[in-house]
Amino acid sequence: MAEFIDLVLLAMLALTALRVIFLKDLFAVVMLFGIYSFLSALIFVNLDAVDVAFTEASVGAGISTVLMLVTLALTGRTEKENKRSTVLPLLVVTVTGAALIYGTLDMPPFGDPNNPIHQHVAPRYIEESPKEVGLPNMVTSVLASYRGFDTLGETVVVFSAAIGVIALLGVRRREDLAAEESGFLTHHVLRVVAKMLIPLIILFALYVQFHGDFGPGGGFQAGVIAAAAFILYALVFGLPQAFSVVGAKFLQLMASFGVLLYASVGLYSMFKGGQFLDYSKLAADPVAGQHYGIIIIELGVGITVFAVMLSIFYAFGSQVERSNVK
Amino acid sequence: MFILDIVSSLLLIAGVFFGLSGAIGLFKFPDFFTRVHAASVTDSIAAILIIGGLLLQTSFDLNTAKLFFILLFLMLTSPTASHALAKSARHGGLLTLAETNKDKQEQTH
Repeated sequence: MAEFIDLVLLAMLALTALRVIFLKDLFAVVMLFGIYSFLSALIFVNLDAVDVAFTEASVGAGISTVLMLVTLALTGRTEKENKRSTVLPLLVVTVTGAALIYGTLDMPPFGDPNNPIHQHVAPRYIEESPKEVGLPNMVTSVLASYRGFDTLGETVVVFSAAIGVIALLGVRRREDLAAEESGFLTHHVLRVVAKMLIPLIILFALYVQFHGDFGPGGGFQAGVIAAAAFILYALVFGLPQAFSVVGAKFLQLMASFGVLLYASVGLYSMFKGGQFLDYSKLAADPVAGQHYGIIIIELGVGITVFAVMLSIFYAFGSQVERSNVK
Repeated sequence: MFILDIVSSLLLIAGVFFGLSGAIGLFKFPDFFTRVHAASVTDSIAAILIIGGLLLQTSFDLNTAKLFFILLFLMLTSPTASHALAKSARHGGLLTLAETNKDKQEQTH
């Protein structure tokens, strides 16, 4: 049954991808990308990888759809007609595809328990992480503790994305605040429902943030969900209102604070006599130290991801408003 | 427990029926607003019936509470989404099929 569901989902995934290639209407393409992410999230659920599915659903289907829609508001919704010949690209793609398929022939058989990936570090994590880290959600142990350095890198990547967007699009200035009212002023239903939902979404984000040690979730998902609540607020009540709730400057401080919090945990564990990001040294009891470390760095990740996502939305949104005023 | 199973399967079957009819309507209906109407059937009543059926299949523990919250969330969001969609289409100047036909008739006469 699980294989049948997998097959159906994969077929739908392929169909969506083909539609994306042939459609010229970019608005529909963005929607299809959302569907694509959601289908892959379902496949991850079917593979019992709920943490990855959660990330894919919140980041892929949620926030990136919104960010791409704001981009479309700046660039226009139809694709430019491509008049160049398609023979050479087709050749390149065919050769690359053939090389990739040739490469996969050497791969170990799919799903075989004797594959190197199942023999090397995975058993070590499964056997030792309950004793060393002691968290029920092993994914969080691997992500935040064993691979803490990688996750620090990912957080820095997210942070640098914000730097890039702000450097390109700029931050909204004070005098722009007097710009005309935006948002859906006449949409009473939307305003009422948004007012009811936003606190619930923020509450859920906090739950995802601090329950990540025990269930699926963690800083990345929580940051994105919290950012979604504020984006909903900005969309319904207008950007100026959202700016008076959380300002762009404050978000920049938050984004750098999250990364610094993460890195300073690493430095503190060095100061305590361990290696960089060795949480066992944070408390007298190594397992308790691991718990402290993971909670703090997840908080750092959450703060950075929230601030970065919201800053990117602000940057695009103010740009759209500016072009509307002209 | 037997009665609960029957009620839950009835709810599930009704949910599947409404889901399918919504999907068929989405393809068959002539203009945007009737299509939104069909899609909102899938969103609202089908989802509510299916989750209601699933609620009766749980053993009344944490999963029941989670499903209940999902139900509540869907009841709030899906009608709002359909409303917002239809309203912004109207705001953008999209006409219903009847109005378009009337316009055409007036132009030809």
